[in-house]
Amino acid sequence: MRATFSERLVDLAVNIFLWGFRILIVAIIIIGTFFTIREGKYTSEQWIDFIVFGISQGSIYAMIALGYTMVYGILRMINFAHGDIFMTGAFGAYFTATWLTKAGFVDANPFLGLLIPILVAMAVSTLIAVLVERIAYRPLRGAPQLVPLISAIGASFFLEYAFRGFFGPGKYAYPPIKALEGTWEIFGIGILKVQVVVAISAFIMMALLYFVVMYTKIGKAMRAVSENKDTAALMGIDVNRIIVTTFAIGAALAGAAGVLFALVYRQVDFFMGFTPGVKAFTAAVLGGIGNIPGAMVGGLVLGVFESVGPSLFLEGLGITRAYQLKDAIAYTMLVMILLFRPQGILGERLSKQKA
Amino acid sequence: MKKENFLLSATKTGLVGGAIAIFLCLIGMVEIFNKRDVIQGIVTLGQFVWLATAVGAGYTASQQTSHLLNGKKPAQNLTAGALAGFFSAALTAFLVWLGSQTDLRAIFINASPALYELLTFGKGLAGLPQLLIIGIISGIVGATFTLLPKAVQRPLLHALMMLIFMALFSGIFRVVMINQGNKWETLAKSIFSQTGLTQLGGWIFILGTIAISVFWSNRGEAVKASMARMPSKGKLSLRILVFLIIAVIALGLPQVSGPFIAQVIVIISLYILMGLGLNITLGFAGLLDLGFVAFFAVGAYTVGLLTSYGPFGLQHISFWVAVPIAVLVSMAFGAFLGLPVLGVRGDYLAIATLGFGEIIRLLAGSDFLAGYFGGPQGVIGIQKPCLGVLEPFIKLDTPRICDGIEIGQGAADHFLAGPGGIYYLAIISALLIAFVAWRLRESRLGRAWMAIREDEDVAEALGVNLIQTKLLAYILGAAFAGLGGAIFSVLIGSIFASSMQLLVSINVVALLVVGGMGSIPGVIVGAIALIGLPELLREVSEFRYLIYGTVLIVMMLAKPEGLWPSQATKRELHHETSAQGGD
Repeated sequence: MRATFSERLVDLAVNIFLWGFRILIVAIIIIGTFFTIREGKYTSEQWIDFIVFGISQGSIYAMIALGYTMVYGILRMINFAHGDIFMTGAFGAYFTATWLTKAGFVDANPFLGLLIPILVAMAVSTLIAVLVERIAYRPLRGAPQLVPLISAIGASFFLEYAFRGFFGPGKYAYPPIKALEGTWEIFGIGILKVQVVVAISAFIMMALLYFVVMYTKIGKAMRAVSENKDTAALMGIDVNRIIVTTFAIGAALAGAAGVLFALVYRQVDFFMGFTPGVKAFTAAVLGGIGNIPGAMVGGLVLGVFESVGPSLFLEGLGITRAYQLKDAIAYTMLVMILLFRPQGILGERLSKQKA
Repeated sequence: MKKENFLLSATKTGLVGGAIAIFLCLIGMVEIFNKRDVIQGIVTLGQFVWLATAVGAGYTASQQTSHLLNGKKPAQNLTAGALAGFFSAALTAFLVWLGSQTDLRAIFINASPALYELLTFGKGLAGLPQLLIIGIISGIVGATFTLLPKAVQRPLLHALMMLIFMALFSGIFRVVMINQGNKWETLAKSIFSQTGLTQLGGWIFILGTIAISVFWSNRGEAVKASMARMPSKGKLSLRILVFLIIAVIALGLPQVSGPFIAQVIVIISLYILMGLGLNITLGFAGLLDLGFVAFFAVGAYTVGLLTSYGPFGLQHISFWVAVPIAVLVSMAFGAFLGLPVLGVRGDYLAIATLGFGEIIRLLAGSDFLAGYFGGPQGVIGIQKPCLGVLEPFIKLDTPRICDGIEIGQGAADHFLAGPGGIYYLAIISALLIAFVAWRLRESRLGRAWMAIREDEDVAEALGVNLIQTKLLAYILGAAFAGLGGAIFSVLIGSIFASSMQLLVSINVVALLVVGGMGSIPGVIVGAIALIGLPELLREVSEFRYLIYGTVLIVMMLAKPEGLWPSQATKRELHHETSAQGGD
């Protein structure tokens, strides 16, 4: 079909615009970095601090992102309520941890004092995610794409404000674990113990998940369902059960991530799930949605970018208090990825074809 | 197929009802609603909500029993209802017992002594048997309802709805009526109490509604038929009459109701404007934009910066000049944000636009751009519009004369100053935009949008220019939202980045979903229901977003086409029932 002149003109304008957008972002990054490094405002130790913080933060994003990625891989839907599932886990852990701390159990036994709240959080999140799937998503399977998405937005708000109703709008202070205060010297650099523990816990859990998905029967079934639901059903796989299992596993990881997040930021509130939720989705897209190693890589990349970015790119441009724009960096990355490389770093191309 | 025992099914239903009752107690709804009477001295709204779970359990259990036993069998139905009501109440009783043993308040802030007192009728644990008996009775009432013939069910249901409606709005009716003078005042005081309906008022509304409902179900067809038989001239004059009545009510309302209700109506109108805008992108073209608040923000900030006398005002031009500029700037932003996401589809689009919305809010509120947009302090001192249209448009930095009053710092007494004045501005804009939206839908462009919504690839193959059509959807949607933002900025007189939350976008999506995507009357209905109710009722506003979330899920499950669907959507979602008459 031959395009008319005006159509070609519009096409050209769109392309020029998109290229301008790319060039602008790249220019901001390069110029900002150049000036920041020339000014030498931060020492190399500070940069390492930023990176370590980024890794621990990023590993939390990665854990949440896994839930998005697995559900998207199977159902082709964004589980908008996933960030709030993360929040419910954090609340479960908060009440357990407070109780254990009051009983003096955490001081006596710091390892179990960390593990038990994590297990409780995983249980709470799993329970709620399974309920949400059963009530708000399952009846809508096969409906037009917008319908389950809107239902998921509804579920997200329902969870947030139900928890606000239960526990009030205030922020709860997560009890600190004494054994995790202070720093460890690693290669001569002091690194906060909490961050090391967070990153290590996250890696252990992600490794477990990877093992489950790749080497167990249920993982095989999950992969089969995500390839093709109908064929999987013909092969004797109970698709509904696998979908619930996927939600449950994703939610368990999100719940554990909630505890780690609460450990780092020391607070829990009903709205805490929103921003990490969107960022974890960014991480999932960044790594290639539907791709499990991709979500892990995406989470780490996003975490480090977000932690280093404001100081590295923005302060060089003379922007004061650049840390306020930390979230804006994450959102810009999200938009950039969706526009220019929707298949992500490691993933297949989904956003335009399958979606 | 083996069918479940009806008693077991009733037990399950009762437990679900009980779980909902506990949920409502623990989020504090029962206690907060308890402050409002449905009928004074008989039942409060809080008790009513609790009773509704038990009655609902009984009703559902009885329905299931009829289904399981292939027909209505009164004895079994009533047994099932009683059982469901009992279990429903038993869970609440368990909650009360648990609360008496341990301190639940350490976890659930609403598990307060006041709640227990309310649930046990102030008798402590001794009140629990009474609670259970009430549960059983409620269950039986619910079951009885299913056994009644339709002709009895409907008037009762209408009376109940009327009762709730009147009880919720009693405060507002009361104030309005008392403002009207002596005669009205005595009437108001006999019908409405301080917190709800009086017993007399309750009976009036119940019996009145039943009478009207019965009359309508018997004679309604005849009335409709005689309307249809009326000559076309008569029909036309009837329509004009109805229109005139509505117009008079709309024009006179702020004078009668006072500034509070006028302000609520302005906010509803603003949401109607935004709803109509998103209706173009989401309802017509099927593009879910979760960053819609960005355009609202652009409109608000443009007017703010162009007319403010505060520290960030760039110009002090007339509102009437600033508005078209704001709309144009919003349109430019619509194009600017629409261009990159042209190729992005479905849920990816939702997330990308959400990102845009958040970026705009973060930038507007950051210290980095505080020199231009005021940062967290916002833009203040925005001028109210005035009707001095004939004065020279732009007078920089000099005090303007507006309707004979010099405006600069404090003068705010001219015609369009208060909410009562902005009211007319908002109403007229909403009507105008509704008309534009309606004409757009019927246009070639409107049909192209709907073609894209149905299937992008097919639409393209049929010669719809995707880029142009989608861009126009973003641009026009942004224009409507920008106009809403412009009016918002003069209503409030100041703008803060923190009021441009994602929640605003969600509000708009929710009202669109409730009213029916793609339907213009639906937008109005949705805005009145979702924005008006929480603004008017303090009790409801406490649970606003909880209700929104529930509404979104329930609408998607039960009625995805919305309360007032457009013909096309209705046909699409109910292929088999397309023969039914509609709006």
